[in-house]
Amino acid sequence: MFATRRLFVAPQFKPILNSSFRNAPALFTRGYASASDVSTLLLVEHKDNAVAPSTLSALSAAAKLGGNVTALVAGENPEEVANIVSKLENVSKVLVAKDKLYEHGLPETYAPLLAATQKSLGFTHLVAGHSAFGKNIFPRVAALLDVAQVSDITAVESADTFVRPIYAGNAIAKVKSNDAIKIITVRGTSFPAAGSQSEAAANEQAPDAEKPDTVQWIKEEISKSDRPDLSTASRVISGGRALKSSDNFKILYDLADKIDAAVGASRAAVDAGYADNSLQVGQTGKIVAPQLYIAVGISGAIQHLAGMKDSKVIVAINKDADAPIFQVADYGLVADLFTAVPELTEKLSK
Amino acid sequence: MSSLRVLVGCKRVIDYAVKIRVNAAKTAVETNGVKHSMNPFDEIAVEEAVRLKEKLGKKVSEVVAVSCGTAKAQETLRTALAMGADRAIHVQVEDDAKLQPLGVAKLLKAIVEKEKIDLVVLGKQAIDDDSNQTGQMLAGLLNWPQATFASKVEIAEDNAITVSREVDGGIETIASKIPAIITTDLRLNEPRYASLPNIMKAKKKPLAKLTPGDLGVDVEPRLEVLEVSEPPKRSGGKKVESVDELVDKLKNEAAIL
Repeated sequence: MFATRRLFVAPQFKPILNSSFRNAPALFTRGYASASDVSTLLLVEHKDNAVAPSTLSALSAAAKLGGNVTALVAGENPEEVANIVSKLENVSKVLVAKDKLYEHGLPETYAPLLAATQKSLGFTHLVAGHSAFGKNIFPRVAALLDVAQVSDITAVESADTFVRPIYAGNAIAKVKSNDAIKIITVRGTSFPAAGSQSEAAANEQAPDAEKPDTVQWIKEEISKSDRPDLSTASRVISGGRALKSSDNFKILYDLADKIDAAVGASRAAVDAGYADNSLQVGQTGKIVAPQLYIAVGISGAIQHLAGMKDSKVIVAINKDADAPIFQVADYGLVADLFTAVPELTEKLSK
Repeated sequence: MSSLRVLVGCKRVIDYAVKIRVNAAKTAVETNGVKHSMNPFDEIAVEEAVRLKEKLGKKVSEVVAVSCGTAKAQETLRTALAMGADRAIHVQVEDDAKLQPLGVAKLLKAIVEKEKIDLVVLGKQAIDDDSNQTGQMLAGLLNWPQATFASKVEIAEDNAITVSREVDGGIETIASKIPAIITTDLRLNEPRYASLPNIMKAKKKPLAKLTPGDLGVDVEPRLEVLEVSEPPKRSGGKKVESVDELVDKLKNEAAIL
């Protein structure tokens, strides 16, 4: 629908319009001609030579803006990722910034790079995923460019109007940006992952930028798991305080392994030390929207619901029949989780 | 060794336990007659600032609490003072709803410069607008290092600062030097309750009032809220009697297993 919508062309974007047309004739064939005032810079998040799922969703949101999408890949050895990115659909150009100081995604170096790139190439939109990486960097860029940011968008209404949840998802705001440059972070679960195309977009060197080394990256401790990634898994099983111990989480892992699900947790379970911080689902943890979400021993506080209520099917297992989770659950089972979960695992094994 | 002045930001928001309602005109969330309190992440920020002072002793010369908002923001500042902040600054605006992160970051920058602040501790996000921007914006405006989503903060004698950050897959540790900006995650600490004697003492602590004009900052909103609506309702609430029935429904009705 956005491909055919006629967008308002602000006078200050007219020169950009003309130059981007000359550089990207392919846009006509894709049917984006009417959105020609839009020119988007996508910040690519990557690790171990793989593009982060949040970036693939952000790219789909960027494509909805119309116009062309230029991807920025920075790192110590960004070449391999740049090649992957150049073959993602709707990417018309890849800018590559190679420097040791870009290795760990520090905002002190990324923000000047993005600001310098915007200033020299005149993008109308800057887009990133609303992941820890995007959340950390983008507001700093916005401040350097003196524009507001629209965080965690769930829909693109037009090139300047976006939809985003507020109050832990209990209200939905439609927001119009009156700044010349729109800075947007994208909720990953609200947009599909972008696919790839056969033809590779051109790679170019990114503009030079100041590289302050005021922050040293020391180390990271990443929790290793063979299970699917929580943010993108199609099935998620989460445990709450009622699990009573980290050892008891094993019954969730057994069930998760049976149906190839990721494991999440409520804040109460994380605070009690039953599960790792990075597994927290909710307003301040991960936002998930899997096909199936099984909430085990979770009461369903507002802050937890914020992170999972867009799941397609919600199952709740809780012995308190009045727990708020049952109000959103498609299927609720009032039972003791310590008997119901192993029974479920066993019956799914057959 | 110079002494540090710590600034801590606190926002007055609708209490986290309140089930919010969208107003009839669909322009905003209903705030009249609704319980408000300090943003939970800001309580953690105040606690961290006060703990730094308790731990580092004279090295921290003072903890200054700041809040930007209507006159009611002063209640939030009194809470911060009762928790242990030394003095407070209230930047008064007419309408909380018009104050956006970029505007707040600019106000905070002006205060940092005016008060010669060395370390700023803010919450990682406010639970009303859920933006998660102000700390990063302030760091950008000041060109200071930022340590966001902090779950552990250590400050050494030589002003070196080491912060563990909650990132997507686990924990990341970074090091920097003061001056710096820290934003707090949930796991950083457990905020204390203000005792009655401390609440009484807080009433006598200094609270300065300023306006954006005094600080020479333009806080006009850049984002226009066109509409606020209720999220789509889920038609949940169905209960099953047994694990067998659950398996059957998931396999045959929802066709998801």
